[in-house]
Amino acid sequence: MDLTPTPSQTVGPYLHLGLTDARSISRIAGDAATGQRIWLTFRALDGDGAPVPDAMIELWQADSEGNYARPGGDDDAAAFRGFGRMATAEDGSCTFETIRPGGVAGPGGTVQAPHINVSILGRGILKRLSTRLYFAGEPANHADPILALVPEDRCSTLLAHPDPARANNWVFDVRLRGKGETVFFDV
Amino acid sequence: MSSSLTQKKDDDPTRSVAPFRRHELGTQPDYFYPAYRATKLRAPSQPLIFLPHTLSEVTGPVFGHSDIRSHDQDLTVQHAGEPLGERIVVRGRVVDGDGHAVPNSLIEIWQANAAGRYAHTKDDHPAPLDPNFSGTGRTLTDKDGFYSFVTIKPGAYPWRNHDNAWRPAHIHFSLFGPAFVTRLITQMYFPGDPLFAYDPILQSIPDERARQRLVSKFDLETTKAEWALGYRFDIVLRGRESTPFEK
Repeated sequence: MDLTPTPSQTVGPYLHLGLTDARSISRIAGDAATGQRIWLTFRALDGDGAPVPDAMIELWQADSEGNYARPGGDDDAAAFRGFGRMATAEDGSCTFETIRPGGVAGPGGTVQAPHINVSILGRGILKRLSTRLYFAGEPANHADPILALVPEDRCSTLLAHPDPARANNWVFDVRLRGKGETVFFDV
Repeated sequence: MSSSLTQKKDDDPTRSVAPFRRHELGTQPDYFYPAYRATKLRAPSQPLIFLPHTLSEVTGPVFGHSDIRSHDQDLTVQHAGEPLGERIVVRGRVVDGDGHAVPNSLIEIWQANAAGRYAHTKDDHPAPLDPNFSGTGRTLTDKDGFYSFVTIKPGAYPWRNHDNAWRPAHIHFSLFGPAFVTRLITQMYFPGDPLFAYDPILQSIPDERARQRLVSKFDLETTKAEWALGYRFDIVLRGRESTPFEK
């Protein structure tokens, strides 16, 4: 048997049928999860700056102590599962409720700044796009080993910013192409 | 910082991770593929930045295990009546890049009905909806990585990518595997479809052998006598670069 990984294909415009109609997960942290409760609003924009109304955003994050949920855990009932997924609305946005992650162990004894791993899937996206969300103003960002790999003038595309109108709400724009294009990672 | 990333030995073994293998050139689609028109505004123009795997990439969600019902893997029994069309069984095995089974892992599928129409509010193809077919299924792989679905063979359908554009019949597959980087969303096709050569979504994969990996095979062993044709569709998720040391 050929063990080359199976190729990716676009999730297409009808992803809701199989993925988010029945199993959208907007709440990553339940009431019992410890940490600072936050809301993250994503906005997906295309190369013309127009909203992307038919994409799906998936998140994977550590808890407030910097630990990832483990296989074998009681996943769907867990206070903190670390995983969320939502379809974008007509305005290209979706909002998750979670807790702010802690710093995560990094290579060579380093500590990665608090971050959230982000996947973007959609019509016209032939394979998953991966990026990371970091928090603007977080002092640990300066020592983050992954941000250190990103050209300085593009680091700002990886920062979520506090929404001045709503406490504990953060906004993260995903610009798929062109001006202000988000940094995407080869993972 | 970059020197620590290339460091081979780690002072603290709990912080070293076994990275996953990278894809070989040509075996995955490109992002920018103008023949598939929607990529022109949605594919990044800048090169991706290589990310050495950390704990964030080698861990992944455990998701969807608690509420799977028996009819979730049989798309022909989800309504009062039987859906129209050709009943089929799709069966296969999910393994990693070393050939090891990926057990107890969620697979989600969705598809058009036999007439080529999705039960989706945005699908305006003038083909009939089937009140007995939603086109949505899910299951878990068993301890040996096997899965199976009973469904209806989906129809081809037109789309507006170019003049007289038709998608070959396909079933969408979504899998998680063990890590953030093993997430896979793909489409399964049926053998011998004359539309393959005209489909930019399939043709976006440069390597012909890689494209063939998305085409299921007719399988007499999976076929159920006097009931349904069987198709075999095996899936390979990414494997690790090396086996992690046992402590």
